[in-house]
Amino acid sequence: MSDTQQKASENVVVSKVGVAAGYVDDRLASANFTKRLLDKVFPDHWSFMLGEIALYSFIILLLSGTYLTLWFNPSMTEVIYNGSYLPLKGVKMSEAYSSALNISFDVRGGMLMRQIHHWAALFFVAAVTVHLLRVFFTGAFRKPRELNWLIGTGLLTLAILEGFAGYSLPDDLLSGTGLRIAQGIMQAIPVVGTYVAMFVFGGEFPGTDFIPRLYSVHILLIPGILLGLITVHLIMVFYQKHTQFAGPGRTESNVVGYRLYPVYMAKAGGFFFIVFGVTSLIAGLVTINPIWLYGPYTPSQITAGSQPDWYIGWLDGAVRLTPNIEWNILSHTISWNLLIPALIIPGIMFTLLGVYPWIEAWITGDKREHHILDRPRNAPTRTALGVMALSFYLILWIAGGNDIMATAFNLSINTVIWTLRIALFAVPPLAFVLTKRICLGLQRRDKEKLLHGYETGRVLRLPHGEFIEIHEPVSFEERAVLLSKVDVPVMEITSGEDEHGVRNPKGRKAKIQAKLSGWFYTDNVSAPSEQELAEADEHFAHQLGAHERTAIDSH
Amino acid sequence: MNEIELGSTDPVGARDGKDLVSGVPVLPLPAHTPRRADIDPVAAKRAERQVALMFASSIALLIAFTVAYIKVPNTSLVSIPVIGTVGTNHVLLGLTLGLALFLIGTGAIHWAKKLMPDVEVTQERHSLSSSAAERAEVVEIFNRGAAESGFGEHKLIRRTLLGALALLPIPLVVLLRDLGPMPNTRLRNTIWKKDVHLVTDATYQKIKASDIPIGGLINAVPENLLEIEESEGNLNQRGKASIILVRMDPAEILGQQGENWDYEGILAFSKICTHVGCPISLYQQRTHHLLCPCHQSTFDLANKGNVIFGPAARRMPQLAITVDAEGYLVARGDFKEPVGPSFWERG
Repeated sequence: MSDTQQKASENVVVSKVGVAAGYVDDRLASANFTKRLLDKVFPDHWSFMLGEIALYSFIILLLSGTYLTLWFNPSMTEVIYNGSYLPLKGVKMSEAYSSALNISFDVRGGMLMRQIHHWAALFFVAAVTVHLLRVFFTGAFRKPRELNWLIGTGLLTLAILEGFAGYSLPDDLLSGTGLRIAQGIMQAIPVVGTYVAMFVFGGEFPGTDFIPRLYSVHILLIPGILLGLITVHLIMVFYQKHTQFAGPGRTESNVVGYRLYPVYMAKAGGFFFIVFGVTSLIAGLVTINPIWLYGPYTPSQITAGSQPDWYIGWLDGAVRLTPNIEWNILSHTISWNLLIPALIIPGIMFTLLGVYPWIEAWITGDKREHHILDRPRNAPTRTALGVMALSFYLILWIAGGNDIMATAFNLSINTVIWTLRIALFAVPPLAFVLTKRICLGLQRRDKEKLLHGYETGRVLRLPHGEFIEIHEPVSFEERAVLLSKVDVPVMEITSGEDEHGVRNPKGRKAKIQAKLSGWFYTDNVSAPSEQELAEADEHFAHQLGAHERTAIDSH
Repeated sequence: MNEIELGSTDPVGARDGKDLVSGVPVLPLPAHTPRRADIDPVAAKRAERQVALMFASSIALLIAFTVAYIKVPNTSLVSIPVIGTVGTNHVLLGLTLGLALFLIGTGAIHWAKKLMPDVEVTQERHSLSSSAAERAEVVEIFNRGAAESGFGEHKLIRRTLLGALALLPIPLVVLLRDLGPMPNTRLRNTIWKKDVHLVTDATYQKIKASDIPIGGLINAVPENLLEIEESEGNLNQRGKASIILVRMDPAEILGQQGENWDYEGILAFSKICTHVGCPISLYQQRTHHLLCPCHQSTFDLANKGNVIFGPAARRMPQLAITVDAEGYLVARGDFKEPVGPSFWERG
C-alpha cells in the first residue's frame, strides 16, 4: 500500500468513527467524558490486578449463574430421582437437588458451568479478601478513599453471604447441614430468634419454603446490590484516580502509567479472558462440591468431616472454639455459645474493618489527601495491627478444620481445641510485636542502604594491607523508592489548660489522641537528612582513590 | 489533560526534586528505553505473528469445543492420572473453552506489551475538593430552599410529616407476617407418644430388644412418622424426633435422666445436637461418648447424656422406652424437655 493510499484509508476510518461519535455526542454531549475516559492514565503494579480478579470473577459468576438458572428448579417438593446418575436412581429427594444433578449429568456442559460457577465463587471471595489486604497494608484507604473502603467492606460481607446462599441451594446433605447450623444460630438470637427462624424458614426446619426464598435472595437481591455497589466502587476509583506506588517521577499530585486506550483496554480485557480461561481449566480438571456424592438432605443424617467453603471456615471455627456458656434467666435462654462466635465476633470484626480509616485518621490527626501508597514497613503500627487481625482470623479459620487436623495428625480433639483457644489470645499480640519489629528493622535497613549502599561482595586489599569491601549505591529506581519515606511528626501532647489556666474542654480527648499518635509513630526510623545524603554521595565518590577504582573496573 | 515533557527534571507535583505535597525527594522519570520491537522490524513482525498465532489457536479450540459438545457422549468416562475418573465430555469442554479464553487473553496482553506504546505517561491529579466559593454556594442554595419551603417554620407540618415517615416501615414489617407460623409450642414437642414403636431410620422396621447386642447402635424414628407426608412436614418432624439407640452393660450405666428410662441397658437419646441441631453420628462404643461432627460437642451416654466437652451447653435429652407384648421397643411418651438447639423461650 502506498503512503497516500494508507492515508486515505485512515481518513475513512477516522471519519466513520467521527460520524458515529458525532451522532452520540449530539444527543449526550459525550465527547468530553469520552476524551477523559480514553485518555485516563492508570498506574501499573501487579497488586492492582487483585481487584480486577474480583471484578472478573463476579462477571463470570453472573454469566455462569444465568446459565444455571435455565435448568435449576428451586423447589423442595419431593420427587423420585430418575436421571442418569445411577447410584441415586430411585432415591427420594427435593426437586432442587434433582435438578442440580440433572445439570451435572444430563445437560451437556452443565457440569462445566456448575464447576465454573463454584470455582469462580471461591476465587471471588479470595480475590476480594486479598485485594482488601493490599489496600489495607499500602494505606490506600486513607483520605480521600475512605468511603470506597467502606463500600469494599460491604462488598466483602455480601460476597460471603452470597457464597453461602449459593452453595446452600442444591439441597444436598452438606448444604443442608450448613443451613441447619444457620437456623440454629438464628434461633439463638435473644427475644426475637424463635420468630425470626420460624418466619425465615416458613415454620420449623427445614420446611418446604426456604430453598425458593433463598433462590431469589441469591440470584436477584444480593447480586443486584453487589452489582450496584461494584459500579459505585469503580466509578469512585475512576473519579478519584488510582493510587500509585512511589518511584521515579511519581508525586502526590500526578499519576504515571499507561493510557486506558489502547494499552489498558488490551491488558485488562486480556486479563479478563485469562481469569475466565484459568477458571474454566480448573473447573474442567478439578472437581469441587461433588453434590452427587453427598446425597439428598435429610435432617437425621450427616457426614463426618463436613467442611463449609473456605470463606465460612472462620465463622465455623469461632463456633467450634467458644466454650459452652449458656444462661437461663427467668425461664429465658441466652446462648452465649452461639451469640459470641456467630454474631458478636463477626459484628465487631466487620465494624472495626469498616471504620478503620477513621480510627487511623483520628489517631494520626492526618487530614491530607494521599495518592502515593505506603510501603507496609513505613507504617509499622498499621502493618502490625493488620497482621494481628489476620492472625486472629487465621486461627479461627484453622479451628474450622479442627476435626480434620485431629484425624490427620492423630491428635486428641480436646488438645487441638484447647491449643487453638489459647492461641487465639496469645498469637495476635505476639504477631503485632513481631511484625512491628520486623518493619522497623526493614526501615533501618532501608536507611542503611541509602547511606552506605549495598554490599557488593567484592573485597579488596589496599596497597597498605587494609581489606575493604566495596559498597555501591542502590539503583536509581530503588533510590527513588527508598527516598519516598515520609517522616510524620508525632502530635504534641498539649496540656489540658491554656496560658490563663482555663481548662480546655477538649483537652482530655486531645491528650489521648496525642498519646495514641505517639504509639503509632514514635519508633519510626527517621528518613536521612539532606546533609546525611550528601555525605553519603561524597563517600561513594571517594570510597577509593582513582587508582584503585580503575584497578577494580579493569577486572 | 496536562502532560509533561519527558526528561524534564521535575515531574508534575514536584519542585527542586521535592514533592510539593509531602516534601519527600522525587527523582525524575528516567528516559524511555526502547524495546526490541520498537527498533527492530523483524522483532516487531515476530511479535505480530505470535499474537496472531494465539488468536488463531483460540479459533481452533472453539471449533474443537463445538465438536466435543456434539460428538462426545455425556456418559463416557475417562481416567486421568492424579485427577481421577471424570466425564470425558466435561473435561474436553473445560480444556477447550479454558484454553481458548486463555489464549485470547495472553494474545491481547502480548500485543499490548510488545507492540503498543510502553512510554509511561504522566497526568496531573486535581484536588478533589471544590472551591470554598462553590461550597458556600451549595450551603446557600440549601438554606434558601429550606427557607422557601418553610420546613423550619411550620412545626406542625414538619412533625406530622416526620411522624408519617417514621411509621412508614410498619406495612413493610406487617406484610412479612405470613412468612411463617407463630412458634407456639412447636419447638417443645415431638411426635413421640406413649406406645409408639421405634422403627429403624432407613427401612422402618420395628426393633426387637433382643436383637440389639451390647455395644450395638441403631438410628431410629417413631413409627408414626410414616403417616406424615413430605408436604406436611415429614422432614420437620424427622429433624426433631430422630433418636439414637445404644445398648450397654447395665452395670456401666452411671445415671439416667429418669428412673429406669432404659430397657435392659438399651438407652434412647435424641439424635439432634443441643448446640445448633446437627444430627450426631459419631459414637465411641468403649467410652459411650457421642461426638457431634459439626462442632465436636461430646456427650456421655452412660451418664445422663451429659456434656463432657465442646460448645454444647445442655445434655442430650433421653427418651424413656420399654417393650410391647411382643418384645418390640416402644416409647413411654414424648421427650420431657425440648430437643435440638436452644431458643429464647426455652427456659
